[in-house]
Amino acid sequence: MEKNVYEKRKRKYLIIEVIGLLMGLVWVSPFYLMLVNSFKTPREIFSNVLNFPDQFNFDNYVVAFDDLNFIRSFFNSLLITLVSVGVIVLFSSMAGYALARNKSRLSGIILLVFVGAMLIPFQSVMIPLTANFGRVGMLNRYGLIFMYLGFGGSLALFLYHGAMTTVSISMDEAAIIDGANKFQIFFKIIFPLLSPISVTVAILNVIWIWNDYLLPSLVLSRANETIPIRMFYFFGQYTRQWHLALAGLTIAIIPVIIFYFSAQKIIVEGVSEGAIK
Amino acid sequence: MKNKELTFWLFITPVLLSLSLVVIVPVFMGLFYSFTDWNGLNFNNIIGFEHYRRLLEDEQFRNSLWFTFRFTFVSVIILNFVGLGLAVLVTSKLRSRNILRTVFFMPNLIGGLILGFIWQFIFIRVFSAVGDFTGFEGLLGWLSTPETGFWGLIILTVWQQAGYIMIIYIAYLQGIPKELIESANIDGATSFQKFRHVIFPLIAPGFTVSMFLTLSSSFKIYDQNLSLTGGGPYNSTQMVAMNIVDTAFSSNQMAYGQSKAVIFFIIVAIFSLSQVYYSKKREVDL
Repeated sequence: MEKNVYEKRKRKYLIIEVIGLLMGLVWVSPFYLMLVNSFKTPREIFSNVLNFPDQFNFDNYVVAFDDLNFIRSFFNSLLITLVSVGVIVLFSSMAGYALARNKSRLSGIILLVFVGAMLIPFQSVMIPLTANFGRVGMLNRYGLIFMYLGFGGSLALFLYHGAMTTVSISMDEAAIIDGANKFQIFFKIIFPLLSPISVTVAILNVIWIWNDYLLPSLVLSRANETIPIRMFYFFGQYTRQWHLALAGLTIAIIPVIIFYFSAQKIIVEGVSEGAIK
Repeated sequence: MKNKELTFWLFITPVLLSLSLVVIVPVFMGLFYSFTDWNGLNFNNIIGFEHYRRLLEDEQFRNSLWFTFRFTFVSVIILNFVGLGLAVLVTSKLRSRNILRTVFFMPNLIGGLILGFIWQFIFIRVFSAVGDFTGFEGLLGWLSTPETGFWGLIILTVWQQAGYIMIIYIAYLQGIPKELIESANIDGATSFQKFRHVIFPLIAPGFTVSMFLTLSSSFKIYDQNLSLTGGGPYNSTQMVAMNIVDTAFSSNQMAYGQSKAVIFFIIVAIFSLSQVYYSKKREVDL
């Protein structure tokens, strides 16, 4: 009897173990197929799409790396992402602090406007937005960073405002007695205390801005194109030349994979926090 | 006192200014332009509901709307089902649970544009190779018909986003007190009974959260649509977001595209407001 229950439980875990393994294989298979075929010749992709290549041929990578203009588009993406995220973290935390400490009716209304703005989808503002910015000559990187602050600021502000409830006002008061002004209080005392939420805000915005395609494609000139924009043209150029297209896609994914494996725990926690609040 | 107000405004002005110029002003301008013959630079006449009347007869827009609603409905159901399944899987006593969590979440970090291209290769090249080899005709000609385009988009979206929904459910599953599960065990509950009567009621708020998250994200999808099917064949898989971009920036019909954008906004706002209403109601009920 005892043994029977034990056997049954063991079998149950074995089944779950197998289901888990199968699901895991299904999930990685697209990456596997991309990777193995990126080393093949067109003929080999045609004759043998599922297996490893006969030999690992890096020629596809040389062509793709060159054609993607990868170094340039990588640094364009990096610059846009880092500056935009920095700007969002800085200004949203300042505003979240000011709104949380100044409990007036006006503050409530301003907060409500920010929360309400989160409901507005990008496509319903993009046409007048690009027209306006084009008219004043701001369809460039500066304009793009400013736009990211506008689109990303609401959620960030909301998260900072929520986090401020854990920062006691006695912190401010102690600093005022010591003669600190508002800027000193914020940058020396409050901002460091908010760093857990800053990490969340930074992670969420890095994922979004790094991968964003539509907005930068409407704003940036070809010289400043980011990885997704470059990828779009690159793929169009190599339609059905899968060996080159797949090598290019692999190159484009590598930075993200490195980012994920170097900060996996923080990323998953940040995403979880951002979704549930 | 005056000084205090000045710092208050100094602290909030950068975000407030960008929000105003980037979101609020364009929303109102867009609403106004949708009633004019605006061409992206200037307008001559206010034409009232002309664009909206034309929308009613725009077959492509109607197809896009219908396709988007169908896509949203199916993907919300499958995404939540798969996401919850994955969450249950990786919170069980599986030896591989940590690596599985990593694997399931990974596609989320990569842009929809790149993932769509990868899946284009899989649907077109890999599917047909496997179909030729096994003689299974269901794998041939993917993405060349509206139906396979539809299911291709569903598969891509579920594969990409289920890990995100999984993360949300994990947070709720881990919030369940161990004592509750233990007492259900003592009472001799089966796995299904435990899930139905103990676990499910406790993760129901997570269900609301991820339902609405997937609802609006599926409805607004653009990148995956662009890279996987490009709207083809013959615009049959073109979703609303893409239809708006096309109308405005490819056909250069700015004001008409904007009227579609207004409709798009109204639909998304209805989704979001019903979420707020529903969550509030739930809080009251509890």
